[in-house]
Amino acid sequence: MSESANAAPRIRDGVRAALPLAPSPILFGLSFGVLSDATGFGGAAAVVMSATTFSGAAQFASVSVLDAGGTVAAAILAAVFLNARYVAISMTVSSIFPGSRLRRLVESQAIVDESWAISGRSGRFEWPILVGAGLFFYVLWVASTALGTVLGGVLENPDELGLDAAFAALFLALAVPYLRDRRARQAAALGAGIVLVLLPFAPAGVPIIAAAAACLLGLRR
Amino acid sequence: MSDAWIVVLVVGAATIASKAAGPVLVGRRELPPRLQGCIDLLAPVMLIALVVTQTFGGDEEIEVDARVVGVGAALVAIGLRAPVIVAMAVAALVTALLRLAV
Repeated sequence: MSESANAAPRIRDGVRAALPLAPSPILFGLSFGVLSDATGFGGAAAVVMSATTFSGAAQFASVSVLDAGGTVAAAILAAVFLNARYVAISMTVSSIFPGSRLRRLVESQAIVDESWAISGRSGRFEWPILVGAGLFFYVLWVASTALGTVLGGVLENPDELGLDAAFAALFLALAVPYLRDRRARQAAALGAGIVLVLLPFAPAGVPIIAAAAACLLGLRR
Repeated sequence: MSDAWIVVLVVGAATIASKAAGPVLVGRRELPPRLQGCIDLLAPVMLIALVVTQTFGGDEEIEVDARVVGVGAALVAIGLRAPVIVAMAVAALVTALLRLAV
């Protein structure tokens, strides 16, 4: 955040704005590394996924669907549906990225929920804040994932530790801010109903994908 | 190629494209409001679907076991405004202790 009105924010202002949130990517990155390693997803795959997907909820979703015995397609769709929000989020900042298409493609990867939220705090979205914060989170995310995969090797039977319930708690906590909106609550309740109806019949992963149909409630004006 | 690597490649490519969609392709245009309405609901729907699956999912059945209590405890923690990582720790701890006790 710049001190005076005429001083344009710089990348380092974005890093500074992101500092208070540093524990979040560190702890999540560590747990993603530990869980990926413990569930058999694989340490190298986890680190590469953090470096390319760079989006916590979707990464946890893929790993948990595969761990539950879901197919590759179900694991992919769950993550892609979760990250579809980035289409909408990136639209809100589409005009702040300077330069060539290639440069915009690279720099747009700094968009994550937190960097996006921070970059709009002044009332309009600011590119240096978004890129600075995103870059800072990226380094922490990838590094702590790598560290987590090393630590994960010491766990022998992850399910006894209640890691499956920890996954559920994570998704629940991430969902809560959305559920302040009434339509989001209705859609989430419908999605939960679809999952409960399908769980006894459908192969693992399928109920989650079917639940996505609940977002069609958004068609109503 | 293992399942995990296929997921890493496809999800990675799709996410990179999603993040680039606005800045690279769209510029200043906006999405149709109805499509926007659907996209806005996708994240909460998928997250809650994952919660239900992780809490009750079994081998093609609904299972009610220690997880339910663990996730319930996490819900209380979230209600008390605990940080996400604390809610996760509460869920794991309660579930693990119940599994030890039963």
